[in-house]
Amino acid sequence: MADTSKLYDAILNGDSKTAVAVTKEALADNSDPLELVNKAMIPAMDEVGRRFECEEYFVPELLLAARAMKGSLELIRPLLAERGAQPAGRVVIGTVKGDLHDIGKNLVSSMLEGGGFEVIDLGADVAPEKFVQAVKEKNANIVCLSALLTVTMPSMKTTIDALTSAGIREKAKVIIGGAPVTQQYADEIGADGYGENANVAVQIARRLVAK
Amino acid sequence: MKPLIEQLIAGGPVVTDGAWGTQFQVLGLTPGELADTWNVSCPGLVEDVARSYVDAGSRVILTNTFRSNRITLEAHGLAAQTAELNLAGVRISQTAADGGAFVFASMGPSGKLLMSGEVTEKQLAGAFEEQAQALAAGRPDAIVIETMSDLAEAVIAVRAAAATGLPVVACMVFDTGRNRDRTMMGNTPEQIARELVEAGADVIGSNCGQGIEGYVPVCRRLKEATDRPIWIKANAGLPELAGGKTVYTTTPADFASHVPALIEAGASFIGGCCGTTPEFIRAVCQAVRA
Repeated sequence: MADTSKLYDAILNGDSKTAVAVTKEALADNSDPLELVNKAMIPAMDEVGRRFECEEYFVPELLLAARAMKGSLELIRPLLAERGAQPAGRVVIGTVKGDLHDIGKNLVSSMLEGGGFEVIDLGADVAPEKFVQAVKEKNANIVCLSALLTVTMPSMKTTIDALTSAGIREKAKVIIGGAPVTQQYADEIGADGYGENANVAVQIARRLVAK
Repeated sequence: MKPLIEQLIAGGPVVTDGAWGTQFQVLGLTPGELADTWNVSCPGLVEDVARSYVDAGSRVILTNTFRSNRITLEAHGLAAQTAELNLAGVRISQTAADGGAFVFASMGPSGKLLMSGEVTEKQLAGAFEEQAQALAAGRPDAIVIETMSDLAEAVIAVRAAAATGLPVVACMVFDTGRNRDRTMMGNTPEQIARELVEAGADVIGSNCGQGIEGYVPVCRRLKEATDRPIWIKANAGLPELAGGKTVYTTTPADFASHVPALIEAGASFIGGCCGTTPEFIRAVCQAVRA
């Protein structure tokens, strides 16, 4: 059995190269891929999140850790798929119609991928009907909506309304986020969660798929 | 210190302008529409906003060129108009100022993140050099790099602006952390002061991201970290959505009540960002004179 602490450290330190090397080594050594995920990778990302919450880590450290996690997961995922294991969830993500800001959305997208979710990124300025179409086609169970401007926040409501009209609101949980967005607004428009930051967004996504 | 900056601050704190983007929204700018295109499509409205600040007492006004770098314009299919939009923006502010205020040309972020590989340093340098040169061709009095969240990107923009020989103001957004004293990428006021000055900024500071009360400690730390004058443009609080309308809850009087503390903390240039209006600038002028 390989030493999972090396993989844990590599992800925590955002060292993608080492994370990939150690994962390869562990798999060659017949380590159980699921155990690598559960004993090293998820605990490492949890610690990254904890450090982010207490301001030891900031966006750069989050990005690097998510990148290391992704590199490692790319090696492990095919093995898990062979056993019929599913991703943590399928997420359709995008910045809502009228809004071209995508830095925050990209960050959440990376963190979700690092968290083991399959992410379908629709980009920025995404019309409600595109979200509807993607949720149907990809059979997604989470929708993440981003907006940086107060003037584009109403597009979040329009998108949720479109999901409802299409009859798929029940199966797709909606998480919203972005600088001007608040929990109060999430409640007002009937979103299932408000991701105050990328780390919280992943926690909420996990909680919603576990329901 | 550059002569213009020295001359400006010799008589005490200088009042700059308030928000443009949120004023344009009141005038009908739609979500997703790039305000900078108004420099060509409806220059009269842009000039009205610029003049409203001159009339309110701004001694420095900016230009409607915040998004006019090639990378941002490309996303709107407008890259071919880069030089035109920048030059028109400077001209409009100069006309509105009519010798009664200095014109500091605005440059904002690319909207792409270096660290995640969405853009390269070379692309950023190319885009900012192009914009700085296009602005400089209109002979503004200085260039302002504003609303930067990533110090690495800000440094590239400052170098590009400094190469024009014009005075350069560089400011970052502090909106992260419990005390809102970090940039999005986690940098402190001390770190940004050191690196922006090293890159060639003549004035450093902060804008956007939070209401004016949060700016006092940030301003003090910037001031202690450098001998350069400090530039502060705070929001009228954080925007809220009420009944489908964007509302900023801070009033001009609330805003101005924090001006003495900002001056005490070392601010040399004071103005407003998102949600502020000419009324805010009038109130700030009164507070500065008091």
